[in-house]
Amino acid sequence: MEQVFFTGLQWSDAWFLVEAAQKSLWISVLSISVGTVLGIIFGWVLHEGRWIAAGTLGTVLDAFRSIPLIIQLVLFFNFFPIIGFPLDPFQAGTIVLALYTSALVANVARGGIESVGEPMQRAARSLGMSYWQNLRHVVWPIGLRSVLPSWIGVVLGVVKDSALVSVLGYVELLRASQILITRTQEPFAILAIVGVFYFLISFPIGRIGKRLEGKWSS
Amino acid sequence: MIKIRGLKKRFGTNEVLKGIDLDVKKGEVLSVIGASGSGKSTLLYCINGLEPIQDGYIEVDDTRVHDRNTNVNLLRQKLGMVFQQWNSFPHLTALENVALAPRIVRKKSKREAQEIAKKQLSHVGLGDKLDAYPNSLSGGQQQRLAIARALAMEPEYMLFDEATSALDPELVGEVLDTMRLLADEGMTMICVTHEMGFAKDVSDRVAYFHQGILEEVGPPSQIFGNPTSEHTKKFLSKTR
Ligand SMILES: Nc1ncnc2c1ncn2[C@@H]1O[C@H](COP(=O)(O)OP(=O)(O)O)[C@@H](O)[C@H]1O
Ligand SMILES: [Mg+2]
Repeated sequence: MEQVFFTGLQWSDAWFLVEAAQKSLWISVLSISVGTVLGIIFGWVLHEGRWIAAGTLGTVLDAFRSIPLIIQLVLFFNFFPIIGFPLDPFQAGTIVLALYTSALVANVARGGIESVGEPMQRAARSLGMSYWQNLRHVVWPIGLRSVLPSWIGVVLGVVKDSALVSVLGYVELLRASQILITRTQEPFAILAIVGVFYFLISFPIGRIGKRLEGKWSS
Repeated sequence: MIKIRGLKKRFGTNEVLKGIDLDVKKGEVLSVIGASGSGKSTLLYCINGLEPIQDGYIEVDDTRVHDRNTNVNLLRQKLGMVFQQWNSFPHLTALENVALAPRIVRKKSKREAQEIAKKQLSHVGLGDKLDAYPNSLSGGQQQRLAIARALAMEPEYMLFDEATSALDPELVGEVLDTMRLLADEGMTMICVTHEMGFAKDVSDRVAYFHQGILEEVGPPSQIFGNPTSEHTKKFLSKTR
């Protein structure tokens, strides 16, 4: 029987953390991409607001925004096996994170659409643009520029919140660090390293956002 | 020709146009004057189908604007519109502002669209501002940009809704000059305006709107020299 407890940090642990960071990154990228696309569609429905759909959707999205993510994760993870679709932690985590992201992005997207005033859209339509051409060539680029900072804020939040998927047993950064801490009893060093990893993921996103903002405002 | 018959327009219970009959012939310049809230802007919005109507009809070259089967996006290519607020697309250069609609609506190639845009920007005196972004242009320049943008669709009619009202006084002249130029070139125009000088000098006819009613319409000499309606008289005595 090998003694694995209470051994110091080893080089192989670094690899373990890198792998975990990749998983954090992957689940974030996936849920942010899906959540953003969904969120834009939801934001558009909320803006159009003509259908009962908008009312219902608004309530559902409010729920996603207000119920603590950790509760959503556990509920979802335990709910799906009941209806006969057992999901692994990664799948459940991605779905919940994506829906949560979509709820946040929906508000941002609606704000973006509404930042483009009615007069601007009338001008576009008066040139013969169809509803969709106006949306694609006028509302989208102008709205995007005005809400980019808010969207970056959502993205950075979701990257951090992805740590909560660890409660389902998915070995991403936070979970990996807990495993290592238990074994090495060196919480300070390990958490510092993990912090640096999160920073390395988030920092470039913020920078790219700033760069785009600078480019667009000139 | 634009033919308006029995046009009624309501916002909720507020009847804003109370049965308008009006013809505008090809090549004609019609100025529309009247107090604020009399329904002048609404009339223009109805003409190019930006607002639904409740009764009557509007025909543009025999096409009914509000007919179910009318392709209003196609119809609007005939009807250029310039608003009080110039609404330049802030993310596009002057050239791109003008080239956008020809490219996506008229399906011109990028090069063709840019040629059209260059031509129209020179037309309104902005030939040296092709690469400028709107926020670096003055209000007068942006309004001329808006005119070029509308002209790039090669419209047969131009609708102006108080094109100079939002401008600083010193910038009004350049926009009026551009409108005058278009009138001289034979463009059919409906100009909602507070510029009585422009209405007098440039238009073939002047229409006076009073509380949703076309109170009086006639040549400038009649409206400004010898109006038949008491309302018209009163309005003009106040604006002078
Ligand atoms: N979108 C709208 N919704 C409700 N009422 C409107 C709207 N647009 C205009 N109105 C009303 O219609 C009337 C005529 O407005 P408008 O056509 O803008 O007048 P004008 O251009 O002659 O100043 C006003 O009483 C105005 O409040
Ligand atoms: Mg008006």
